Amino acid sequence: MTEYLDANALAGALSEVFSVDLTSSWRRCSVCGHTGAFAELHVYTDCPGQVARCPSCQTVVLRLVRSGDTLWLDLGGTGCLRVELR
Amino acid sequence: MGIISRGFGGRRRTAEDARVPPGQYLTDGFPVLSAGPTPRVTEEDWRFSITSEAGDTVTWTWEEFLALPQERPHTDIHCVTRWSKLDTEWTGVGLDTLLESVDTAADFALAYSHGGYTTNLPLEDLAGGQAWVVHAFGGEPLAPEHGGPARLLVPHLYFWKSAKWIKGVRLLDHDEPGFWEQAGYHPYGDPWREQRYWGD
Repeated sequence: MTEYLDANALAGALSEVFSVDLTSSWRRCSVCGHTGAFAELHVYTDCPGQVARCPSCQTVVLRLVRSGDTLWLDLGGTGCLRVELR
Repeated sequence: MGIISRGFGGRRRTAEDARVPPGQYLTDGFPVLSAGPTPRVTEEDWRFSITSEAGDTVTWTWEEFLALPQERPHTDIHCVTRWSKLDTEWTGVGLDTLLESVDTAADFALAYSHGGYTTNLPLEDLAGGQAWVVHAFGGEPLAPEHGGPARLLVPHLYFWKSAKWIKGVRLLDHDEPGFWEQAGYHPYGDPWREQRYWGD
């Protein structure tokens, strides 16, 4: 059984916060050094929010919690993102 | 003739309804919620520790843990994702028993788990017959997807406080938010006051 989705599952919620599409960015993990597409993150949704983890070391990259019109976004484990602005 | 007909007072509350906190619905199933891969912890490798605010640590092996007085809490559980399950039956060791081995004057606790999960509670909510480390559900060993070999059970708070795959408890002088409490969920989580999110 696959427990997780890829990070395209976050596209909708992130598009409400950021003006660029973060799912098309690249990420370098600050814990294990893994470099890969943001969209490759493992996203767990069967929980009280959405949790994205590094596909290499499983470090929590992002936590997203939504209640009505309020959204909490913890990017504490994100590492460095390379974002193409156009 | 009155305008309001008989029976317009709404559905009569049953005894079961009275046990369901506001905003919750009942389920007969046992939904599996997980914020990461399911850790596979063998009983041989399993340890449970409590560390006091002074840094002193007491650790139990699986055999030592099972040799402690066992309790069988029968209780209702309430998940913040809005399901509630009545009459669940668990087997485990009361936190009161475990805390007897620790010299502490701490006010707070942070439970931590295999896989990195954490959750914070006032220490008084772990004491007084309100919390257990449980290893069986419905008379069967606790399945890994439900937190086996052992999980915390604190049924008077939302179920995210009942940390799966528990590894230990750190006793603290200050409150330290856990995994979900850092990301918008309520620091305490009383289902009867619907303390779901920050500010509730």
